[in-house]
This record gives sequence, C-alpha cells and structure tokens, in this order.
Amino acid sequence: MSEWLTYRLSDILPFSPQTYYRLFELHNAAIWPAQLLALAAGLAILALLVSRPSWAGRAIALLLAAIWAFVAWGYLYARYAPINRAAVYFAYAFAAEAVLLALSGALGGLAFAAPRPLAAKAGLALVLFAFFVQPLIGPLLGRPWSGVELFGIAPDPTVLATLGVLLAADRIRYELLAVPLLWCAVSGATHWAMSSPEALLMPAAGLLALVLALWRSLGKA
Amino acid sequence: MKLSRRTLLASLAAAGGAALLGPRVAFAQAALLTKPIPSTGEALPLIGLGSWITFNVGDDPVARDACAEVMEAFFADGGRMIDSSPMYGSAQSVIGYGLNKLGYPPSLFSADKVWTSSGEDGPAQIEDSRTHWGVPRFDLLQVHNLVAWEEHLATLFAMKAEGKLRYVGITTSHGRRHREFEAIMRKHPLDFVQLTYNVLDREVERRLLPLAREKGIAVIANRPFQQGVLIRSLEGQPLPAWAAEIGTRNWAEFLLKFIVSHPAVTCAIPATSKVAHVRENMGAARAPLPDEATRRRMVAYVEEI
Repeated sequence: MSEWLTYRLSDILPFSPQTYYRLFELHNAAIWPAQLLALAAGLAILALLVSRPSWAGRAIALLLAAIWAFVAWGYLYARYAPINRAAVYFAYAFAAEAVLLALSGALGGLAFAAPRPLAAKAGLALVLFAFFVQPLIGPLLGRPWSGVELFGIAPDPTVLATLGVLLAADRIRYELLAVPLLWCAVSGATHWAMSSPEALLMPAAGLLALVLALWRSLGKA
Repeated sequence: MKLSRRTLLASLAAAGGAALLGPRVAFAQAALLTKPIPSTGEALPLIGLGSWITFNVGDDPVARDACAEVMEAFFADGGRMIDSSPMYGSAQSVIGYGLNKLGYPPSLFSADKVWTSSGEDGPAQIEDSRTHWGVPRFDLLQVHNLVAWEEHLATLFAMKAEGKLRYVGITTSHGRRHREFEAIMRKHPLDFVQLTYNVLDREVERRLLPLAREKGIAVIANRPFQQGVLIRSLEGQPLPAWAAEIGTRNWAEFLLKFIVSHPAVTCAIPATSKVAHVRENMGAARAPLPDEATRRRMVAYVEEI
C-alpha cells in the first residue's frame, strides 16, 4: 500500500467539499439541543479557568473527556465515517484522548493554580478563539449558519480549545497534546485537499501550540 | 432553473455549432451510440456513470435524492453502466437508494469492484457491495487498482463460472502499474479493463489500448475530466470552430468524444452530481464521432490551451 504515498491528497479524498460541510448542517440538526449542553460545558470550562478553584483541573479534564468522547462517537464515527473510512481511526484516536483526559482528571494530572506565564495566557486566548471566533469562519466564508462548527460538537474547535486549556495548565502534559496536534495535521490536510481557504488554520494553530508548549517546558515563558 | 457557469459557457459555445447542426432537440433525439463488449458482443452505450466522490454523500437525504435524479436522467437518456467501488465511501448505498427509487431499471449494467488487501475477505466484501446495490448479481466485477489481484481474480473467475457474475475485469488509474497491468491482460481471460484515458493522459495509447484490441478486452476509461480539473481549466476557453463538425456543443462532449472515439475504448464513465451535466455527458454518445485526424486536432487544440 506504499503506492498511496504517490497520490496527491486530492486524488484520494473520497468526498466533495459540499458533502463535507453539509455534514455539519446534518449533524447540528440531528443532535439539537446538544449544542446548548456543549455551550454550557464550554462556559463552565472558561469559568473554571478564570476562577481556578482547587478542583478546577479535575473538573475541566472530566468535562473535556466527555466532550472528546461525544465528538469521537457522535461526529467522527457516526457522521463522518460513512463518507470517509479513515474517520473510524480518527474516532478511535479521539476516544483514546477522552480516556487519557478522564485518567488525568481522576488522577489529578491537570492543575491550574500556578501564576500564568505568557504561554499560558496565550492558551487562554486560544480557548476564547475556539469558542467564539472559530465558529464564525464558516459563515464568514459563505457557508450556512446551520453548519456552524461549534466547540464540543465539531472536531476543529474542540481540538483548538483543548490545546488552549493544556497550554494554560500548570504543567505541559505532552501525552495529552499528541492527539490534538495530530488532528491539526489531519484537519489541515483535509482542508488543503478540498482547497478550503482556512486550510492553514489548524496546522498553524497546532504548530503555535507546540512551540508555546516547548517554550513553557524550557522555562522561557 | 439556476444557470451555472458551465451551462452558460456551453450554451455560448454551442451557439455556432447549433446553426450548422440543427436545433438542440435533434441531439436529444439521436440514438445513443454503442460498442460491443468483445467477449460477448453485448452492446454498451459509449457513456456510463461513475460514482467516485459525487455519489459519496452519506446519509444526506437531499443529496441522495439529487443522486437519484442524476441516475434517472442517465437511464432516461439511454445510459446503462454505473460503476462504483467499496473504496467510494457511501457511493454504493447511494446507488442502491437510487436504483430502488427508480424501480431497478432493467437496462442497468452494474459494475463494481473488489478492493481489499486480503483475498479471503473478497467474497464477503463483494456480498456486502451487492447488498448495498440491492441487485441479484453484478454484471461486472473488477479488481480495484490490482490490490491482491491474484486472489481476487481467482474468486471472480470462479463466480463467473458459477453464473454469479457475467464479466471480470481489472482496474488502474492515474497511469499506475501499467507494466503489471499489461502482464495480467496478456495472461488472463479478462472481459474488461478500466484505466485512465483522456485528452491529456494518453500514455495507454502506446501499449494497453492496442493490447486490449488484440486480446478482445473491453475498455472502460476513467478520469475523463481528470476529476474535474481538466474541464474546469477549459471552461473559460472557446471551443474550436470545427467542434460543430463532430457534434460537440460543450467541453464535456468534446473531451468525452475524444475518449470514446478511440477504437479500443468501449465506454467512458464521467461522474457528476448534476442532472444538467449528465445530459451534457450523454451527448458525447451521439453521432458523429471524430475520426483519427480530428482526434489529433483535438489533442493539439487542448494542449495549446
């Protein structure tokens, strides 16, 4: 199957951009009013990041675990996989991230008590971007509002918000960063193959998150 | 009806030709040209219907109905062959949906593929595909991109011997593995081969198409528009003044007539999700077809653009 490496991405992408973006319209309609729960979860995470009670790390990790599991099953496996066989494996990866987040929550692996250096503040900005700006990109590019990609529902804003949360934590947990960073590459490649205007957004955000994480680990910020 | 850019340009390009060749209805009423499948003599229309990307619309009820409308227009125009693969996501089940909605037109020529790296898994995958289509048996099954071709060919020839399949073939695309493809064509009693052939991708003219004629193997041409890239690149360009002489009113007809006029090619399988496009495509299966000299002019014209 090394022959696959000789194809261009657009040669092997089995669906059209119209079909891809239409998935979000269908998904949003099918799961309503789950968007309200996702919004509540997002606002709760934001409030915990700001107020930082002692149990914030556990609560945020468990909330994110539930959200990743929901995106894995609800969107990737049930909605995306019928048009893209590879989405089954994406769903497994998202489920694995959900397990890792749940373990992290159970074992107290995430904490948000320490003073925030610049990279952590950038993480908070990334969370805000994923919650409130990223969903606007599709409609601003002329796609219908009914297909808006929301945190907790669609993979891209869920991944960026998670990267932001992980950057804002007291310690960088690389085992939790791996799947979100991989998804940034997958999403970028998919949008690139579809010639989507926002093709570079996820890879750029992922790269930025990785650089900031390394920067923090080296004690520079 | 929404007037697409392609429709508008095609109409403008056709304007000159229409004056010479008569009203549009004359095209619509002309009979579809066919070519015989060499191994049996069964006639197939020159244009079939592909399903890569265009029919992979998942569970979207609106898009499924749109695909069914494309199929309806295809059959209404006299089309027969629909081609798919288990690689094409939900395309097989969408075809099944359309066929069921249309009452399984008796003229259907069902062409699918087996695409799994394990020979043992082939029969189960074929049965899965058949269930998606909802047909009692396939007319043609092909080994997709030569994946595990030795095992799968054995399965397909056994099915044919048992009367569970009418024709056996192999496929390639993007000009890949032609040497191995040629060796299989020489060694095995294939009914069909499927390969990439269009006005710009003509490598198969050197060996594979002559060999298909020599061995009496039907040829299905895939990627006639290079997955839309070729036709999109030509949309803003005028058709040559002599296009009317070969009955082409738009670029779809121009590109498809080039393909199906090759003596070795049995049919081309453009994929589309639009009824207007399927009607344009079917126009390429109507006389006249270009002769060899005109085919060379067609190549030169497109290459110059």
